[in-house]
This record gives sequence, structure tokens and C-alpha cells, in this order.
Amino acid sequence: MQKLGVFVCHCGTNIAATVDVKAVAEALGREPSVVVSTDYPYMCSESGQNLIKDAIREHSLDGVVICSCSPRMHENTFRKAAAQAGLNPYMVEIANIREQCSWIHKDREEATEKAIVLGRAAIAKVLLNTPLTAGESPVTKRALVIGGGIAGIQTALDIAEAGFPVDIVEKEPTIGGKMAQLDKTFPTLDCAACILTPKMVDCAQNENIRILSFSEVEEVTGFVGNFTAKIRRKARYVDETKCTGCGLCTEKCPVKKVPNEFNLGMDNRRAVYIPFAQAVPKVARIDPDWCNMLKNGKCGLCSKVCTVGAIDYKQTDTVLEEHYGAIVAATGYEPIKVDRYGEYAYAQSKDVITSLEFERLTNAAGPTSGTLLRPSDGRHPHTIVFIQCVGSRCTPEMGKTYCSKICCMYTAKHAMLTREKYPDTDVYVFYIDVRTPGKNFDEFYRRAAEEYGVHYIKGAVGKVMPRADGTLDVQASDLIMNEQLHINADLVVLAAAIEPSKTARRLATMLTASMDTNDFFTEAHPKLRPVESPTAGIFLSGVCQGPKDIPETVSQASACAAKVIGLLSKNKLTGNPCVAHSDEWMCNGCSNCASVCPYGAITYLDKDFRMPDRSTKTRRVASVNPAVCQGCGACTVACPSGAMDLYGFSNSQIMAEVDAICK
Amino acid sequence: MKFAYYPGCTLKNRAKALDRTARETAALLGIEFEEIPEWQCCGGAYTSAKDEIATKLASVRALAAGRQIGDGRVVTVCSACYNVLKQTNHEFAVNPDFDFKVNNYLKGEPEYHGEGGVVHYLELLRDEVGFDELKKRVTRPLTGKKIAAYYGCLLLRPSSVLAFDDPENPAVMEDFIRALGAEPVLYSMRNECCGGYLTLTDRETAKRRSAAVKESAREMGADYMITACPLCLYNLTKNTDEPIPVRYFTEVLADALGLGGE
Repeated sequence: MQKLGVFVCHCGTNIAATVDVKAVAEALGREPSVVVSTDYPYMCSESGQNLIKDAIREHSLDGVVICSCSPRMHENTFRKAAAQAGLNPYMVEIANIREQCSWIHKDREEATEKAIVLGRAAIAKVLLNTPLTAGESPVTKRALVIGGGIAGIQTALDIAEAGFPVDIVEKEPTIGGKMAQLDKTFPTLDCAACILTPKMVDCAQNENIRILSFSEVEEVTGFVGNFTAKIRRKARYVDETKCTGCGLCTEKCPVKKVPNEFNLGMDNRRAVYIPFAQAVPKVARIDPDWCNMLKNGKCGLCSKVCTVGAIDYKQTDTVLEEHYGAIVAATGYEPIKVDRYGEYAYAQSKDVITSLEFERLTNAAGPTSGTLLRPSDGRHPHTIVFIQCVGSRCTPEMGKTYCSKICCMYTAKHAMLTREKYPDTDVYVFYIDVRTPGKNFDEFYRRAAEEYGVHYIKGAVGKVMPRADGTLDVQASDLIMNEQLHINADLVVLAAAIEPSKTARRLATMLTASMDTNDFFTEAHPKLRPVESPTAGIFLSGVCQGPKDIPETVSQASACAAKVIGLLSKNKLTGNPCVAHSDEWMCNGCSNCASVCPYGAITYLDKDFRMPDRSTKTRRVASVNPAVCQGCGACTVACPSGAMDLYGFSNSQIMAEVDAICK
Repeated sequence: MKFAYYPGCTLKNRAKALDRTARETAALLGIEFEEIPEWQCCGGAYTSAKDEIATKLASVRALAAGRQIGDGRVVTVCSACYNVLKQTNHEFAVNPDFDFKVNNYLKGEPEYHGEGGVVHYLELLRDEVGFDELKKRVTRPLTGKKIAAYYGCLLLRPSSVLAFDDPENPAVMEDFIRALGAEPVLYSMRNECCGGYLTLTDRETAKRRSAAVKESAREMGADYMITACPLCLYNLTKNTDEPIPVRYFTEVLADALGLGGE
């Protein structure tokens, strides 16, 4: 006869207010096998844990049932406590009477009854538990950072500083990301390039960092500590090891009319180009869509002028395979397409631009060398209207429901800088709310409004329409004055919502990392584990997890690095013993289990079996790699013969729980 | 091509030109309009009342009668009728309670459950005739004319129900103008309200709205304006001093097809 202990937690009033905890303890105490049953205000507290430990020792308990919060919260706490008292940690079962009972019910009597039933189910299960021992696996001491913007750069630098090798995989020809395109940064107004490019150079010079630019991750297999990634190194038609970045080829290239993506198409580059002056690596790339030599074999000028022979028209994609212990997603964001908001006439007028385009128009390295000029006629704009929340805080049909978080501040920055450089310019900002939580942020916004005389108008712009004289008619409502306004603007700037990079969804599938409905990566816990994905060994850095400004991105990137360093510092990882196994005598090798396994943990072996008639028969049977299996249980459901079973969650245990509930 | 035709009240008195030119141009383009027998007023502005059933019955009767003609779709040329009929028909698809109540009212008449449809004459020209084909049929192209299309509000909104064109940046009338050989004029007020029924209760506001619309069209160099809505035409002509003429799109179409005396 096994001896069980039952411990009912009040969780302050979280449980006790709705569930009669004393009645639960009493009722469960009457179950066969239960030798001790008690309640306590906070079972997770040290004294609560001591209560459990003492009971285990005093009554020589074989199993423990804790009626408390979700096992996601404190299962580990209680398992550790049990282990300290000498009980196998897998002999602990949690009955979730908080999230699945007290929080969702109102009627005390019914909730108490349900809590008792849930407790009974846990007792039925723990009676069938067997002691389990977790296996160990080694850790590959190398990290992969996917994305080379400020988030990826900071994470990589911190990991490298701790002494671990890091690979940065960046899909563009250079690292730097969006921050490289910005002019100044709020609230201190230091120049983005001045603070970013030293970090880019640090990456290039750090011997622990390898930059794999113009590359994309194609496939990821394995598990925490033991990932294998296939990385496609896209052909740039320039030998990275030979190119010195002198730029001679980019001057001689005869194809001059290629829209320059770094300046958002507002000026042109050549078919062979270096994205921008401070690019890292400073290596040219030939654009095969425009290069005459690659398109029709006529030209070859760049090859002739290159003094080091770096041009290679025959270069092809290569695929690199590398092992990693941890993977960081730092895929960043894109501004949404604003063409769909027809009322703002973005597609109709060159003088309706996005905020990122405005950044380029005010940047010294931009298409106008930093002088703010209207794209349509190159004249200085005298009235500028900024429209905030374009696609943010919107209905799901028309845009993003979330706040993009950075737009209020960068619009204040744009407005302030415009007024400072061009005091003869009238600047209007239309807003829903001005949101400025952050150190020195509200002071910054107030300076824009009060000292710099930016006209902040609470209200929505209904329509922007080009007029005959080349100006833009901005029709808007002022919600405070309750007036309809028409403003004759020379330039309209749209603060477009930001959304996760389009590459993120594919990556999430590859990493089996979860995402929310907006395609932001989900963190393991919104407050307590904000830089980890729920999938072990996958970490999150920067805007791929949610909208963030630069200070916040950098903090999160460093936090993420700390978590990666913590993982890579370990020599061995303790696995989860609750994994699948196949009963080889029952398995008929049908392959159903392998086809449903999301982790590729199941293989098939030909094994010799001694048959009852003493003959030997070779049969094909499933075999689970316990290091890869995550214990999801998909195979146990798919198996037609019932050969697949999960340690800690066996079919018989689950049936026992169901029976106890239905009794 | 044969369609049920729903003229609406205004087309029988104030907007006779709209009715006549719509029928004539359709006939020339090979579209047969069969007027729904014994049609009644669509309900006009009254149908905006949310929980009202009775005011929508006339629309339902028109839709029910229309389904027996041609492919069952009812053609209108008036923006307001189009809006009311289409919204009423849509209600059957999304609101079973409406369906139930309406059919209780209609006891003794054939049941109706939204199986018909509503289409604007402009939609017919765009989707059934095709603007490319229309261009070929034009005998007197309006070359050199700058025409400002005025959409007003009822033709486009609510866009999720009417699904006529992009409510913020519509193109159908501009494409229509191009098909007739003229040059469309884009101006900021083309899909703003003319003042609508406010002309009855607050004429000053209606005047301001209409003036703003016409001023915006004039500023962009329009020779004249076209509309599909009799109320818009009324407001734009009676409530402003702006001299730009306003015509029904069907009148312009009749000109281009060689029907008018111009």
C-alpha cells in the first residue's frame, strides 16, 4: 500500500476565497492511500515547502499531491522540495485548483466540489507514477544570432565578451539594420551612426564573432545545447576574402539607375554597390537583377578595374552547416506598407512620405545630403504635417491593433529638429495620444511642443489630397477645439506602424518557437522570462518580441545575452525524463509516430526478436531519441497499437485520472 | 443581358434625365432594363433607423420581385437607392432575426431570404460591359474635357457592405471618364458629403459643404462634374453659386454614345 500526502494551498485568497480549502483537505484525506492531508496559506513559501518536506520524512511518503496553481508556475519548486526530502521529484503531482478552478468559478460550493475532483484525479495519477531520472546532454559552446541589427549586434558582442564564439547571420549584405538608416536618436539627439558604427566595427574585430552577412538560416534541427543549423550564404558575386571595399567598381559600373534601398529608393545606386559608407563587412555586392554581365554576359567592367581580383561572376550560393548550443532570434521589424491607406495619398503624391523616408531626407548621408527638400520639386517645405498612428492602434481589418511604441517619440524628434534647423517652417503633429513613457521622454516631447512651437493637435487626419498648386490639402478634425481643419501642407509625414520582419514566421516554424497573432515571438513568461522563447535554447532579442525603442532594445539584447551565456557556461544539461518510448513487442513499425513527431525524435530499427517458437524474427520497430523528444505526446495518440507511451504521462495514468473524475 | 431595373422615386420626377439616359444608353449597349412592376420607394433616409423593419419592406419587395428577372440582380442608378437596397439585402446574410421578422411581415407574399442581388449601373458598365468595350462603343469621345467625378458618400460607404470601390481612393468613375475619352480630375472633396438631407433642416451647413466640394473641383481645373446621386446634384446646383455644371454620369454617357443632341 502506497502512502500519499495531500497539500492544499490557499494562495492567499486566490484559491481560498472561492474554494473551501479545509473541506478539500478533509475530503482528500479520506481517500485510500492518503495518510496526511493538510492546507496552508502559501504552500510555495519556505515554511510551506518545509511542511511538505517534514511530512515526506515523517510519514515516509511514496507520493505527494499538491493542490495549488498551474504546474507551469510551481511544479519545479515542489519537485525540488520533494527531492530535498529524499523523494523522487517525479512522484509529485499538481492539481491545478487556481487557474482551472478558483479563478474561473464564482460559486463556492461548486468550486470546492470541483477542487476535490481535481485532487482525486491527481491522487489516481500519482499512484501510478514511477520514479524517473533525468538524462544529461552536452552543450555546444557556440551561439547563433539571427539578425544583425542593433539587437543582434549587442547580443553578439555581450556573448563574445564572455568568451563564447558567436555567428551573426544577416540577410542583407551588411549588418546595422534599421538603426543604420536613422539620423538622430531620441531623447538625447546623438547621431545614430556615431553610436552604432563603432559597435558594428567591434563585431568585425572581435575574434569570437563571425559575421555571415547576405546569408539566411534555412534549416534548424536538434534541441537545446545541440542545435544544427544550415545557413545559405547567398552569392554576392564578390569574393568576401579578397574585396578591400575600395569602391572602385562601384564608381565604374555603367548601370546607374538602380533604386537605392538604403535610401528607400529616393536615389540610385549602381549594379555593383556597397550599401553605405560604414557597411560591415565593407564588401561590394553585385545585384544580379541589374548587372549586364550577369544578365547577358556583356560588360565585365568591374572585374577589369578590381585590383585584387575579387569579382567572381561564377559565384554560387553555398550552404554552411554549423552546430550551436543556443539560438537568438533578432529579426527586427519593418514599417508596414502605407499604400493601403488611400486617404493619405501616399501612392499619389511624392510629397507624402513615411517617417523612415524622412530620416533619410534629414540624414547627411541621405539623398539630399541632409537638407530637407520636398521629393517632388526639391524645394524647401514650409508647412509640414506629421500624422501619427498610421496603421497602429487600428482595427484588425485595417492595420495593427497594437501601439507601435516608437512613433510618438521619433515624431517629436522630427518635429523638433525641423523647427530647429528651419525656424520658418510650420510643423503640425496630429495624434490620438502622445505616449512618452521612458526616461526623459516626456520632457523631450514637451520641449518640442513648448520651446520649439510644434503645433500638436489631438485629432485624426481624414484625408490628404494634392492640390492644383502642388501643395497638399490636409483635412483633419481637431477634437479639442471641435473644428474641421484644412491645412495647406508642403510635406506630409506618415508615422507608419511597425510589424515583425516577414522572415520571422518562417524562422519561428524552423525553431518551433511560438508567435502571437501579430507574428511577434512569444516570450516564455511576459514578466519573469521576457527574453526566452518557451522552446528551450531559443532566445529573443529586440523588436522581434514586441515594439521597442533603441534603449529598450539594447537592454533586452544584453539580458538575452546573459541568458545565453548562462546556458553556454554549463557543461551538461539535465533533460526532461518525461519522454516517449516504444514497447517494441507491440510496435508494428507502421511509421505513424514518426510522421506526427514535430521534433524528428523517432527513427526505426530492424531488431531481432526471439519468438515463442524459439525462432528468430527481424522486425522493424520505432525507437525514440530521448534527448530530442520533448514529451509532447503526439506519437502516443497516433500509435494504432498502443506501443508508444510517455514516461510520467502514460496512457494508464491518464485513464486513471479520467476514471477518478468520472467516478 | 437582361436585368431588373429599379428607378426609384426621384427618377420619376426631379431626376427624369437620369432615368431616361440610363435606359437609352443601356439599350444601346445591349442591356435590357425591365422595370420592376409596382415598385415602391426604397425607404430613403428612413432605413437608417437600426431596428426598423417596416421601412425596409419596400426594399425587400423590390428585391423579391427583381429576383425573377434576368439573373436576379436589381440594377439602380441612384446612389441612395443603391445604398438602401444593398444594405437591406446584406442584412439577410448577417442577421437571421431580420430575415425572420421580415418574412413574418410579408405573410401572404412570396418569402425572401436575400437570394437576389443589387448592382449599380456603373458596376454593370465596369464589370459586365467592360470599360474597354465601352471605349469602343463611344462615337463622340469627350476629348479634351476635364471631368470631375463626384462620388458623395452613399455610393461607397459602408465599404464592407457595398464593396463598390475603395471608399478613400475610388477609381470607377475616373475609369469611366477615361473610357469616354475625357480626362478625369482628381480633387480632394470627391468622396466627401454634399450636405445631403441637411439642406432641409440646416441649409447653411449644406451650402458650406456643397461649396467646398465644387470649389475643390474648380481649383483642379474641372470643366464640369458628374454624379450618380440626385440629391448630390440638387445640393451642388441649388446650394452654391459656383458656376461649374453638374450632370448625371448617364447624361455624359449618352453624349459620348451619340445619343444627346449636343
